[in-house]
Amino acid sequence: MRRTMLFLPSNNPNMICNGGLLGADSLIFDLEDAVAPDQKDAARELLKNALGSLNFGKCEIIVRINGLDTPYWEEDLEYILPLKPDMIMPPKVSGGDYIRTLDQKLTELEAKFGIPAGSTRILALLETAQGVENAYEIARASKRMMGLFLGAEDLSADLRCKRTKEGSEILYARGRLVCAARAAGIEVYDTPFTDVQDLDGLEKDAEFAKGLGFSGKACISPAHVDTVNRVFSPTPADIQYAKDVFAVIAEAKRLGKGAISLRGKMIDAPIVQRARLVLEAASEIEGVDYFAETV
Amino acid sequence: MDIKREAMAGTLESSDICVTVQPAAEGIRIDLNSTVENYYGDSIRETIGAVLQELGVRNALVSAVDHGALDCTIRARATTAVKRASREEPQK
Repeated sequence: MRRTMLFLPSNNPNMICNGGLLGADSLIFDLEDAVAPDQKDAARELLKNALGSLNFGKCEIIVRINGLDTPYWEEDLEYILPLKPDMIMPPKVSGGDYIRTLDQKLTELEAKFGIPAGSTRILALLETAQGVENAYEIARASKRMMGLFLGAEDLSADLRCKRTKEGSEILYARGRLVCAARAAGIEVYDTPFTDVQDLDGLEKDAEFAKGLGFSGKACISPAHVDTVNRVFSPTPADIQYAKDVFAVIAEAKRLGKGAISLRGKMIDAPIVQRARLVLEAASEIEGVDYFAETV
Repeated sequence: MDIKREAMAGTLESSDICVTVQPAAEGIRIDLNSTVENYYGDSIRETIGAVLQELGVRNALVSAVDHGALDCTIRARATTAVKRASREEPQK
């Protein structure tokens, strides 16, 4: 369950130490853009100590390392991998070779630190035109690939267009990433909404992303977490409908009926699959076994 | 680890500690200014002292300005300051 992925600057003790209390499903500790070049050493040391001693509750731990075109990324991994983060987020991923190079380094370091081989997953940040065009190749470049992540700020600079709240300039990239990720059988996450004050705009943007097929959305402010969590959670109506789907299936089986309908619409495999995903999500969020209620 | 020059790590922000390490002729001296001195002063000095020992520092003057840093932050800032101070040249 990754409705919200909250970026936290890795050289800020106040934000790091409170990370587990901010309500996000995942925390992305940033060693890249949020850390000045002359503070990379301090950020790595702080993050290493924090991950080694603080309790972040149920939050998944993701670390955004520096790009493979910088002198920092290998030392980032040397510091962070022994702490066994759930995922590594490489930035500005341009193609399959980029992922394969990272995969090779992760394999080497997992052996060095006694970490199970292949257990470190990758969430690739695509934020260049080249990365978007190579999305499917990137998604299939390694078994470590867990998901694709759209970074719209750098992408719009690369596309030489203005970044707008409406987001028409990134519509193609959003659609392409969703399609590539789903075709490869992995997850896909949307870019953050960058106006911290505009919660109505955030809600519209998140609703739109959910409608396109994204599994969740990044946040750059703790103030955005509740809204994004709400948008990417099933509504009571969604849950009731999903329960009704399983109820009519059970009833049809009992009566030996082949064709099933609910509220005047045929129940087919995609509807059952969507209902299953809704109940899985609701069960995880609320700690209730909704499937048990459908029996 | 030899302290070759003055170096600093950390900030004066809330929950952080700014640690400065300088060369010294003999022994370790830790000067602490903390908003929580009465409650945690000894503990903070102990943590900084432990980091110096782990890194093999025998002679150093340490100045620390603390604004309520947790132990993991104190360890991180002290470690970074010592590593920076042990380099011949400032990091580029």
